[in-house]
Amino acid sequence: MIHSLFLINCSGDIFLEKHWKSVVSQSVCDYFFEAQEKAADVENVPPVISTPHHYLISIYRDKLFFVSVIQTEVPPLFVIEFLHRVADTFQVGSSNVGDTLPTGQLSNIPWRRAGVKYTNNEAYFDVVEEIDAIIDKSGSTVFAEIQGVIDACIKLSGMPDLSLSFMNPRLLDDVSFHPCIRFKRWESERVLSFIPPDGNFRLISYRVSSQNLVAIPVYVKHNISFKENSSCGRFDITIGPKQNMGKTIEGITVTVHMPKVVLNMNLTPTQGSYTFDPVTKVLTWDVGKITPQKLPSLKGLVNLQSGAPKPEENPSLNIQFKIQQLAISGLKVNRLDMYGEKYKPFKGVKYVTKAGKFQVRT
Amino acid sequence: MTDSKYFTTTKKGEIFELKAELNSDKKEKKKEAVKKVIASMTVGKDVSALFPDVVNCMQTDNLELKKLVYLYLMNYAKSQPDMAIMAVNTFVKDCEDPNPLIRALAVRTMGCIRVDKITEYLCEPLRKCLKDEDPYVRKTAAVCVAKLHDINAQLVEDQGFLDTLKDLISDSNPMVVANAVAALSEIAESHPSSNLLDLNPQSINKLLTALNECTEWGQIFILDCLANYTPKDDREAQSICERVTPRLSHANSAVVLSAVKVLMKFMEMLSKDLDYYGTLLKKLAPPLVTLLSAEPELQYVALRNINLIVQKRPEILKHEMKVFFVKYNDPIYVKLEKLDIMIRLASQANIAQVLAELKEYATEVDVDFVRKAVRAIGRCAIKVEQSAERCVSTLLDLIQTKVNYVVQEAIVVIKDIFRKYPNKYESVIATLCENLDSLDEPEARAAMIWIVGEYAERIDNADELLESFLEGFHDESTQVQLQLLTAIVKLFLKKPTETQELVQQVLSLATQDSDNPDLRDRGYIYWRLLSTDPVAAKEVVLAEKPLISEETDLIEPTLLDELICYIGTLASVYHKPPSAFVEGGRGVVHKSLPPRTASSESTESPETAPAGAPPGEQPDVIPTQGDLLGDLLNLDLGPPVSGPPLATTSVQMGAVDLLGGGLDSLIGGPNFVAPPAAAVPASLGAPIGSGLSDLFDLTSGVGTLSGSYVAPKAVWLPAMKAKGLEISGTFTRQVGSISMDLQLTNKALQVMTDFAIQFNRNSFGLAPAAPLQVHAPLSPNQTVEISLPLNTVGSVMKMEPLNNLQVAVKNNIDVFYFSTLYPLHILFVEDGKMDRQMFLATWKDIPNENEAQFQIRDCPLNAEAVSSKLQSSNIFTIAKRNVEGQDMLYQSLKLTNGIWVLAELRIQPGNPSFTVLQLSLKCRAPEVSQHVYQAYETILKN
Repeated sequence: MIHSLFLINCSGDIFLEKHWKSVVSQSVCDYFFEAQEKAADVENVPPVISTPHHYLISIYRDKLFFVSVIQTEVPPLFVIEFLHRVADTFQVGSSNVGDTLPTGQLSNIPWRRAGVKYTNNEAYFDVVEEIDAIIDKSGSTVFAEIQGVIDACIKLSGMPDLSLSFMNPRLLDDVSFHPCIRFKRWESERVLSFIPPDGNFRLISYRVSSQNLVAIPVYVKHNISFKENSSCGRFDITIGPKQNMGKTIEGITVTVHMPKVVLNMNLTPTQGSYTFDPVTKVLTWDVGKITPQKLPSLKGLVNLQSGAPKPEENPSLNIQFKIQQLAISGLKVNRLDMYGEKYKPFKGVKYVTKAGKFQVRT
Repeated sequence: MTDSKYFTTTKKGEIFELKAELNSDKKEKKKEAVKKVIASMTVGKDVSALFPDVVNCMQTDNLELKKLVYLYLMNYAKSQPDMAIMAVNTFVKDCEDPNPLIRALAVRTMGCIRVDKITEYLCEPLRKCLKDEDPYVRKTAAVCVAKLHDINAQLVEDQGFLDTLKDLISDSNPMVVANAVAALSEIAESHPSSNLLDLNPQSINKLLTALNECTEWGQIFILDCLANYTPKDDREAQSICERVTPRLSHANSAVVLSAVKVLMKFMEMLSKDLDYYGTLLKKLAPPLVTLLSAEPELQYVALRNINLIVQKRPEILKHEMKVFFVKYNDPIYVKLEKLDIMIRLASQANIAQVLAELKEYATEVDVDFVRKAVRAIGRCAIKVEQSAERCVSTLLDLIQTKVNYVVQEAIVVIKDIFRKYPNKYESVIATLCENLDSLDEPEARAAMIWIVGEYAERIDNADELLESFLEGFHDESTQVQLQLLTAIVKLFLKKPTETQELVQQVLSLATQDSDNPDLRDRGYIYWRLLSTDPVAAKEVVLAEKPLISEETDLIEPTLLDELICYIGTLASVYHKPPSAFVEGGRGVVHKSLPPRTASSESTESPETAPAGAPPGEQPDVIPTQGDLLGDLLNLDLGPPVSGPPLATTSVQMGAVDLLGGGLDSLIGGPNFVAPPAAAVPASLGAPIGSGLSDLFDLTSGVGTLSGSYVAPKAVWLPAMKAKGLEISGTFTRQVGSISMDLQLTNKALQVMTDFAIQFNRNSFGLAPAAPLQVHAPLSPNQTVEISLPLNTVGSVMKMEPLNNLQVAVKNNIDVFYFSTLYPLHILFVEDGKMDRQMFLATWKDIPNENEAQFQIRDCPLNAEAVSSKLQSSNIFTIAKRNVEGQDMLYQSLKLTNGIWVLAELRIQPGNPSFTVLQLSLKCRAPEVSQHVYQAYETILKN
């Protein structure tokens, strides 16, 4: 299994190491640094690297590399999943020299400790859907799917046994479950039946991909052009609502990686504000929300390096947005029932739809 | 209150202060002090001086304090082994504490203390904990065994912990089962040949029950363990699959992929006509697609595996093309893998979409990715004929962009398109020629030169173009030089009048001014050809070229099958079997897919090579019975798999078949269908095992009277693949002459005549020494036996595997191709006995890296029997000695091509029915070792 673990920050310092077996010298990380150098961008470092005596399996999270050293044939996914859990733990936390240390659990159900007690018993569910899409130049959808999750925050005393049912469970045909869910009940009745872990956890994640089910809530009109033999170009984009189910689209941000030859951009937004970083060539337009009466647009001139050939390819637009109180797939929770305990819990469901990797080619 | 307070004080005398606090009477103060000590320790300060004081705090019923002290112990025990012994008593006591949490904590910590001196004292407490009434303690103890094994393997074996661990697989608690499996898998990793995870239907049932209830990590271990099991029939396979499929919906991607492995492997046993087979196929797609929405690192591993899965079973993901479309902000390693899979899934149905995407990618920023996208367009053209035209025009569009590397890649792939579709797209040559000057990469230059030479008659200024390259001839890379030489010779043969000077120039550049032997050789050959017989030269140089095959980078089918067994592991990421890269080369254990049970399908191989492909064009091994036999041999090395009943074995058995029937009734075993000798199931009881081999002895006795061991005939070419001609055969070596014993059966309705045979070049130059003599026409349903003498003076080409032989057989109906693996011992020559002194010197002389170690199990023979058996197959014993009760034989053999192989064979007489032979082979050409070992195994077990 994992022999050792090194944590490396962006400037290449190994600031933490842990060895489960014998100590492996830090110098093994040199192979990693070598790969990092080759990769140019930090995100492009390959996750599995072989060295003469070890394998390095790494993940990149929050500007940190978690590099594990492996000596035997192991499932790399096992290691990567584990590293992500380690990263999750660090995120949650302060140092572990707290005043109370977590005690081990002795319970018949591995994911829930015994003797949980709350004065206010609550069960909340967040249905979060992200739309991944690629829209081509002409505005038609090349690819679209919805990645959904139901995150739960459960603070219930004792050993509650919950059943969550949906108005339209048929939508869910590709689902990953938290181990607490009874698979058989789902198979036969399409009901999520489970004894929940205590606190926050991800109950299910799902994917809706059949194209006619994926609504695309925004459209973008764009006109980006560079003139031949001239040091300027035009940039003009407008965003409007499409299949938004009558809800407001808010939190819109447009990010564009402009071609290298772009020196600066001189634009006017009808709403929101924009920035252009001449070093990374990233244009960010913070739009806010769409009011259908006056569609937000951003237009103006692009200054190019003089003498350089005009860019071959127009940049892709990366769109972020958010729609409250809507699960774009149409998924709706029907009811939540609790068995096994006598008290009456507070219950609540929230829906939100966001853009995931939402790209518009121009 | 924050935690930072523990990290602050750094004033002088800190250690002294802490010491005082640690010895305080007040519990709270003690606890605070220990926390400070731990805080100092984690930031790297040396607080080892406090060892005795901290250990003193250990005797407390405060769990929190105890945890802290244990943490300290784990850290410093290694550097303070003598003091660590002080803690032993507390461990022993804690292991009997009424609180199971403390018992578990103690046993967990024990495992983390990597000090040899202490481990011995910990055996008793560990033994108790393994049998603890509380499952939490048992599951912790199970892992502790694996940790202890890493420190002192011998100790663990001597103490019998391995057996206790095996018992825990039947524990009532699923977590305990999972941890026991995890511990055993970990231990088995360092003992690949041990029978630690001996699986039978009962234990499988236990594992499947535990699978539903244990943690995600435990599930991974259990699934990986299940994947090593071979179900006895398709029913059992199906029932396991049914119980594994719910795992496909697990949130942990490693669980999902391990489940996919089990299903992919067991599916092999299910008949394709089964409804369930179709259901399973459908169930596999969604989880694989879901893996692609995970973090990029997970996506990468998933994609590498999907690459294998789509090669093995393209039907699973054929409708999911779109999920492999590349997003511009995917990491480059994800982009490249997605592209690869897009090509594999490309078909007539989706080619338009794929092409549109590829064209989009070809204008992206990342150079590596753009290159691969352009190449992919070319591969589409070659793969999907209907799309070729569109691909070519897309490539031409890209050439118009004039982006240097795009143009170069495009030219490289267009050359391949010309090879695939001759006389179709040559109209684009003019456009290509316009870009001649911008080519600066050898591969693109070479491709362009090839095109000019190949189509010289259609390019008016071909001579000028080629001449322009000639100026800097010596600065070009070898690849370009060779192409240029050939191209100019082609040009000369096509337009001899105006290019005489040019050809002389290039020939003299290649032969007189070059240091490169390849170039010189090729130059001389052309020169001589042109000067002696220009007509022959034309026939040779301008010969019609075979078409290039559909997909160039498919993984060879036998390797693919092996890799499918390794889904989810490093091997699947590297697309190499573990034996090729795992440290120490312990990976001799080959895994193979279980054979399909329905006999009608057993001969069906994963079809990739078009049956008409001429041998030599494709190194692909067309898997035949021969391979299957090889796999079975390998199987025997692995974890014991009760010999899968093979419906096809009866065909291979030949002479042994009769015996097999007799045996079956003798043993009365429930599911023993006499397998080929090598697959004697290790799980059969000892007496049966020895009885069996005694009988086999008899048969081999008969066989060896006149020469080397002869394997029973196997079907090499099934009738359905050869228009009714069935060929089975085997290889023999008798008194110095090798022959191929063939049995031809006419299963068609017409008479067959005009037989002929030819071999492709192979590793040892095997070739027919006489033409294939079939005296009379072969009428329907008639069988003839022919012995075809062979020699070893044919042309040589290294094959993969080494002993692969590709054969073409012709008759009045058609030409048929098949390939087979010959046992290496037919190449062991009669004068293979090395002189004693010579042996010693050679042994020393061959570097140790060339030594390969193997084990031959279940071979209950003594030294004399081994010696005489091997001698009849020309493996000669040079010396024998006895070391500590073990017989050591020193042996030599020589191959027909003069390669010597030296062997040391150690015979460990243990239980008389279960003897292990240790074989060390040394040879200057180490790649033969594996095959020599197989020959040993075959000879000794028959």
